[in-house]
Amino acid sequence: MIAAGLSALLSHWWRKPSQLAALLLGLALATALWSGVQAINAEARNSYDRAAEVLGGTLYATLRPSEGAFIPQDVFVDLRRAGWLVSPVLDVSWRVDGTRVTVLGIDPITAPPAAQPVGFDTGGGLIPFITPPGQAFTNAETVARLANVPGLPELVAADDIPPGTLIMDIGIAQTLVGADAQISRLLLWPDQPAARTPLDQIAPSLREVAPETDNDLANLTDSFHLNLTAFGLLSFAVGLFIVHAAIGLAFEQRRPMFRTLRALGLSARALVALMAAELLTLALIAGGLGVVMGYLVAAALLPDVAATLRGLYGAPVTGSLTLAPSWWLSGVAIAVLGTGAAAAASLYRAATLPLLAPAQPRAWARASERTLRWQALAAVAFFAVAAVVYALPGLVAGFILLGAVLLGGALLLPPTFAFALSRLSRFATGPLSQWFFADTRQQLPGLSLALMALLLALAANIGVGTMVQSFRATFLGWLDQRLAAELYVTARDLEEAAELRAFLTPRADAVLPIYSAESSFRSAPVEVFGIIDHPTYRENWPLIARLPNAWDSVARGDALLISEQLANREGLAPGQPITLDGVTAQIAGVYSDYGNPIGQIIIPQRLFDALYPEADRLSHGIRIDPADRAALMQALTQRFGYGDDNMVDQETLKAFSVQIFERTFAVTAALNVLTLGVAALAMLTSLTTLATMRVPQLAPVWATGLPRRMLGGLEVLRAAVLALLTTILAIPVGLGLAWVLLAVVNVEAFGWRLPMQLFPADWLRLGALALIAAIIAAALPALRLVRMQPAQLVQVFAHER
Amino acid sequence: MNAKAFLLALVLPAVALAQGFAGLGTTAEGFAVPERDRALTFPQDHGPHPDYRIEWWYLTAVMEAADGTPYGAQWTLFRSALAPETGEGWETPQLWMGHAAVTTPDTHFVSERLARGGIGQAGAQAQPFRAWIDDWQMASTGGPDAYDRLSLTASGADFSYALDLQATGPLVPQGDRGYSVKSREGQASYYYSQPFYELSGTLNLPTGTVPVTGRAWLDREWSSQPLSEDQDGWDWFSLHLPGGEKLMAFQLRERAGVSFTSGTWIAADGTPTPLEDGAITFTPLRDEVVKGRDVPVEWRLQIPSRDLDVRTRPLNAQSWMDTFFPYWEGPIFFDGSHTGQGYLEMTGYE
Repeated sequence: MIAAGLSALLSHWWRKPSQLAALLLGLALATALWSGVQAINAEARNSYDRAAEVLGGTLYATLRPSEGAFIPQDVFVDLRRAGWLVSPVLDVSWRVDGTRVTVLGIDPITAPPAAQPVGFDTGGGLIPFITPPGQAFTNAETVARLANVPGLPELVAADDIPPGTLIMDIGIAQTLVGADAQISRLLLWPDQPAARTPLDQIAPSLREVAPETDNDLANLTDSFHLNLTAFGLLSFAVGLFIVHAAIGLAFEQRRPMFRTLRALGLSARALVALMAAELLTLALIAGGLGVVMGYLVAAALLPDVAATLRGLYGAPVTGSLTLAPSWWLSGVAIAVLGTGAAAAASLYRAATLPLLAPAQPRAWARASERTLRWQALAAVAFFAVAAVVYALPGLVAGFILLGAVLLGGALLLPPTFAFALSRLSRFATGPLSQWFFADTRQQLPGLSLALMALLLALAANIGVGTMVQSFRATFLGWLDQRLAAELYVTARDLEEAAELRAFLTPRADAVLPIYSAESSFRSAPVEVFGIIDHPTYRENWPLIARLPNAWDSVARGDALLISEQLANREGLAPGQPITLDGVTAQIAGVYSDYGNPIGQIIIPQRLFDALYPEADRLSHGIRIDPADRAALMQALTQRFGYGDDNMVDQETLKAFSVQIFERTFAVTAALNVLTLGVAALAMLTSLTTLATMRVPQLAPVWATGLPRRMLGGLEVLRAAVLALLTTILAIPVGLGLAWVLLAVVNVEAFGWRLPMQLFPADWLRLGALALIAAIIAAALPALRLVRMQPAQLVQVFAHER
Repeated sequence: MNAKAFLLALVLPAVALAQGFAGLGTTAEGFAVPERDRALTFPQDHGPHPDYRIEWWYLTAVMEAADGTPYGAQWTLFRSALAPETGEGWETPQLWMGHAAVTTPDTHFVSERLARGGIGQAGAQAQPFRAWIDDWQMASTGGPDAYDRLSLTASGADFSYALDLQATGPLVPQGDRGYSVKSREGQASYYYSQPFYELSGTLNLPTGTVPVTGRAWLDREWSSQPLSEDQDGWDWFSLHLPGGEKLMAFQLRERAGVSFTSGTWIAADGTPTPLEDGAITFTPLRDEVVKGRDVPVEWRLQIPSRDLDVRTRPLNAQSWMDTFFPYWEGPIFFDGSHTGQGYLEMTGYE
């Protein structure tokens, strides 16, 4: 009996392969997007952890300078002599061969156990490691990249070191980067001797930093990963709508079979168990398929994600994917769970199916007033949550706000549509149009899930699109202003830089020094720039908040400018005095500095020279008539042998910046398209589901004289109207989403607020897309209706209903 | 890979531990080798000898609190050269390792420190004499000879001590005027001692501060290859004999064959009499499981030529130095033909 029941149940799928395909495809797609996003996140987080764990950063507390970037080495010795078990680390971002690498200098003798880097057994011992030229351990990718660079320590490939990080002895590192007797931070052993002199008596300028705050990268990139996770979740939810529709359809179509099986003696429990087993099998197949697709999605997107993370946060992420077995299992598990959730209602109905109930498929029940009221109330509740969460700080609150707005918007859809349709039906002039509206309302419950899926996808699309476009417009405008110099030149060393300035002064309108130093402000790293007084800055540097005469006071040397990120993070505003490396000055203005995770401070050059005599003084911006630029570049090549590494013109630099920007959102765009695709599929399956069940409802209309062609046309029209209404509702929801992204999430995640700009053309395009998708989805069942044999329609009346 | 394996890979690139405890069995390539006829010169020889591979300042103390509770203390600074060079800065190939311990009848407190030479974190100098690593220090506080009066400090996670030492006798050269032979193949070290310290100071233990008095013994030794390749450990005794006499006795255990023995009988006025190979008999009497290995914690020492036949027992049989190179080191009592206290060090029990 069980075997017979199983083969009867399965026979349905053989007869309806397209339904089987929809179910498997929907589930596989949902699983793929979800697990793909998880894979990307996991890979990136692994990379950060590797980067942080390289020196036990997540395990050990550290002592860091309260001001400035370095600790004098004597302080390390003083601390050791006072009983402190500390180990020095030099951590410097260093320019080599045109790219930046992180040089980590360590003392292998005093480093605590877990801060001992791995892979040193390949190196040949302590002597080659600590004596010049030393050894630098890095991953194979970086070894290959730097293989031919002269002046580096011997490069040794080691696993588990992030790309672009060179680990070497602290002595070798100090010499290499020119930081003699300097230390970036001190690792604290967990067990310190009881009798040791208090820190403030030996090194009052140091601050103890707890280990968990150490993984800056993970904090910094949280927003990015939350973003991806949100997209993954959204796609999965949309995918589940498809699964729900397919399972619901299969249930309705198999009602007669269920009754027959039950009448033949199959118990309700056995029937439900069989159905569950059937669904489990399908879920396992689709889940397996989904994780494989997810792997492909992740592998395809990861290089872009890695590029984004590198460009946006300077985070080292490898471009290749390594996945733990747990990832595969969790992908399949989520597919099974999702199927269970989507099938719960059908299984419940199968369990409670009365033996003698009419074994006819029927369209989903009419929307009841109660359901609509419940949905409206739930929507209001979600909006209330959003209002409460808005008052809370933090990125997670920002994303909860996002979710609440989206869900509230989606739940609002059925009541809104019911209301809109009842309003519209007043304009119905004849029986046909009255029937059209009444029938549309009647279908609403069956379609509302698919419409909600469409709404979510459209709103996400509008929201994210608005954010990206607003960002893009602001960024490009800012870039135009900020990159004012026509040419940027970097000398190879200080001596050459002096020669370069002497060479350029008579040949250019102005030579603007771009000198920078790394320091720390309130225990966080900052970049400090020194500038001279020049109209270029006054005319082009956009200040978003300022004192009157901001530039004059900076030129006089008694004020400074800070970046928006720093101002937001530290709660600073123009007019306040701040202390940087022992010098106190007033904040004269705040400028935007998009795309930079590190805070920035601009100080007058005289002050810069006094504070950072050791800083790089190699880069210069050159003002020159664009017509003369090519000649000057040629002269520079002849005189100094400069190529692309040392000179870049304004246009190239801008193009490069824009390219980084585009890559940053390439992933977002790709996920956007995929989500929309899944939503379209959900729409198709829902409409197909309904179409097959609607024959009994359409037959009387046909019998009263409406031709099949017209009926089909009306079906398509209905889908179009619903898609249009959905798009219209999606616009305010999407704009709400965009506002949350721009004004809440971005400020929390990046520290900058962007003006929201509207792009109605994009909405039109999106609306048209939704319309086309709906029409295509409706066209197939409509076509079938048009071609349906009249006998089939007549048959409806012959059957007992 | 754990830190220990890492350091081993770094410190002993070409050496397996099997070649002798703490890498002492390695060859002396490039390093200076002790010569029999070089006389010790002071105060220079109180300071470091960077052209030798290994060197130590090794102090052991047997002490008592006012209530009669016995204690032991150890302070050791090892210098280990990766190359026979010295200098300033991180690239100096000199490593320093400090071991400190306090032994009570029921607890053995241990601490270990590691440092690189050249940056000031650890080192030693002859004039004014001091030897230090981190906050541990052995420093001269006066006297005609720098070692006449010393102050000594060390600390660990759960203990610290500060001791003052005053010598009541002269420095004692071991072996042939300080040339101490370590094997029948002729491996040797420079070795002298100051075994005549009176001591007072305080121990800071988890149970509180303990004022102590007692006696201490300082060993100074440096070499480039003190162990033969067939030796894998030693048992070293220092005994404070009745009447102010002292005995230093050790055996170097051969992997196959008869152990190499050596020792010095030190008269109360400091006059040393070397005890040749075979003059001392070492007999282990009782093993105890210490950190998962069998260690002979009770011994019989016999020197027929001196009518000495004593049996030693430890203050704390679990005096295990759980350090980078682990070994057993702790205070002992002895009785038999002579009665008194001393120190025992046993290495190479794997």
